[in-house]
Amino acid sequence: MIPLSWFLALSAILFVLGLAAFFVKRDLITMFLAVEVMLNAANLAFLTFAKKHELLAGQVIVFFIITVAAAEAAIGLAIILLVFRQRKSIKAEGADLMKG
Amino acid sequence: MSEMTGTFWLIPLIPAVSFLILLVFGRKLPKTWISVQACLAVLASFVLSLVSFLGLLKVPHSNLPLVKTLFSWISAGRFSADLSFHFDPLTAVMALVVTGVGFLIHLYSVGYMARDRSYARYFALLNLFTFAMLLLVMASNMLLLFVGWEGVGLCSYLLIGFWFEKPSAAAAGQKAFIVNRIGDAGFLLGILFLFFFVGSTEFRAIDQAVLGGNVSQGAATLVCLLLFIGACGKSAQIPLYVWLPDAMEGPTPVSALIHAATMVTAGVYMVSRLNLLYSLSPAALQVVAAVGAATAVYAASMALVQNDIKRILAYSTISQLGFMFIGCGVGAYAAGMFHLTTHAFFKSLLFLAAGSVLHALSGEQDIRKMGGLRRHLPLTYTTFLIGAIAIAGVPFFSGFFSKDAILSRAFAGGHTAVWLAGLLAAVMTAFYMFRLVLLTFHGRERLDLEARKHLHESPPVMTIPLVLLALFSVGAGYIGLPAVLGRDLDRFFRFLEPVIPLGPEGVLSPGTEWSLILASVAAALAGIVAALLFYGRRPAIPGWLVHRFPGLYKLVLNKYYVDEFYGAAIVNPLIRGSEAVYQHFDLKVIDGAVNGAGRLAALAGRALNTLQSGRLKDYALGLLAGLIIILGALLL
Repeated sequence: MIPLSWFLALSAILFVLGLAAFFVKRDLITMFLAVEVMLNAANLAFLTFAKKHELLAGQVIVFFIITVAAAEAAIGLAIILLVFRQRKSIKAEGADLMKG
Repeated sequence: MSEMTGTFWLIPLIPAVSFLILLVFGRKLPKTWISVQACLAVLASFVLSLVSFLGLLKVPHSNLPLVKTLFSWISAGRFSADLSFHFDPLTAVMALVVTGVGFLIHLYSVGYMARDRSYARYFALLNLFTFAMLLLVMASNMLLLFVGWEGVGLCSYLLIGFWFEKPSAAAAGQKAFIVNRIGDAGFLLGILFLFFFVGSTEFRAIDQAVLGGNVSQGAATLVCLLLFIGACGKSAQIPLYVWLPDAMEGPTPVSALIHAATMVTAGVYMVSRLNLLYSLSPAALQVVAAVGAATAVYAASMALVQNDIKRILAYSTISQLGFMFIGCGVGAYAAGMFHLTTHAFFKSLLFLAAGSVLHALSGEQDIRKMGGLRRHLPLTYTTFLIGAIAIAGVPFFSGFFSKDAILSRAFAGGHTAVWLAGLLAAVMTAFYMFRLVLLTFHGRERLDLEARKHLHESPPVMTIPLVLLALFSVGAGYIGLPAVLGRDLDRFFRFLEPVIPLGPEGVLSPGTEWSLILASVAAALAGIVAALLFYGRRPAIPGWLVHRFPGLYKLVLNKYYVDEFYGAAIVNPLIRGSEAVYQHFDLKVIDGAVNGAGRLAALAGRALNTLQSGRLKDYALGLLAGLIIILGALLL
């Protein structure tokens, strides 16, 4: 049986990869994917602890996160599409209309 | 309470209802309806007053005053005041004068104001004034009296400024209001001290406290002097008289009703109402008498040289109010009230007749541009002449009896200086009234062409009140004949006895009394003869006098520069002070604080908005930093 710590290590690696990708990449689609990776890293961590403590709550939260991620994907992709239509580009740097 | 006096509390409420109707529906009602309603309301009040007065004659003195409590108005701790009306001889006299003269002036106004655009507003205000004045005289406590006192002040302000499109009228209204405020400050303090010393503002309680010896002389002096400040404002006495001449900017019937017959006498009524309290303080009485005497002479002297028909009458009113205060000050409150009553008739007559002249001359007020009008306005002339004779104090006319009552009581009380001042004022009164008559109605016509074209006698709706008032001006004196003419002829004084105790009787021997009467007659005749000489036989004399004493003439013509003095000493420093406070405190401190708060917020916003770069990664970095801080805190 694979020890639980390995799952946690995988979760941490995935999260850091997602984080790094979010800061390094410049186009919105990739950044969006990076966020998804981080979310799934969190999911994995939740599942691991749910298994360890024999608690259903952790698994339920994962379902919520998957739902939220689906909603986020729908809205996020729509926003990205609109940004592209407006600016003919999906570079994150260009979208700074909210600059104070 | 008998059936006849049971409804006296309705007297003030009828004009109030009429006012409310005119206020709400006035614009939509036809003029005929407005006139009929406004006049009928006051007439109904007058009839009720008359019925209550006749009923009062049958009520035994021990049952006075009749009180009708409508409801408890204020009840706070030790203090309580009811909304209650009372009715006693003093109130009866005032109510009859207010509603009687008021009705005639309402009637006259129907003709005088016929072509005014704001017809409904005028009659609404006139009804409101009648209500407030009746509230003032029927209130059974000082607090309710004060409500009426302020109510008439408000109506006075609104009616002086009735033609508010005219800047001078608007300014005159403000002046009247502000000068009265000064007096009212003293008046309000007086009421507060009265409550402090007596524990109640009910007139019955005050009288009982005085009779029971529960009020010290010092307390009485303080309260009386403070209340007298209020009376000085309302009744236009030195030093607060300056608003009354300017109040002539209002429509003439308003001058007759408010600024001659009723409102300005409120101070005299108030002093008479509290006569027991005033009698407790010789010092306060002395002040009242001195102010009254000084005002009587001073105002009469200004009336001598004025050229505006209404202003002459205004100064005359101030002077006659001074006479009434002389009466109060020498302890002859009933004589003061007597003069108040006769004055209400002849002075409103004079004002209304003057209004009739203005009406005929399309608004010309300068007597230098009149003259010879007796041929064109015979009825106005006759009634005006009767009023002038009455006020001048010619025997057998009402003014003679009331003025003589005051002067003989002043002499009997040992106030010789006051008596002499009164006599001097009486001479001047006769002089300026006949100067006015001669310059207006006699001599050469000095009319403008424009005025000459429209010259006409007034319609009956205006002349009938004149005739009725003229009859009263002649006859009103016979209700209070001097004691020397026979016992029990002084009905007026005996009627008022339950409120104003009769003074010491028989102090004067018949011989002295006859000499005093002769002195009064001589004073009146001297003034009239001088006027006839100056403005009839020897028209060169006035010019010569002006030439001889140019400084004195200029001083009096310019009203002793009192308005200028008040302006320089009080009004301008106040305006400049307010301006300085506005510039330095309002603009800098208050506005500074408010604007500073805004500027601080803007500054903070500008400092913080560098954080809002608009770059997605910066925000993510912020999130990451937060995460690290939280994790670090948890791990440590």
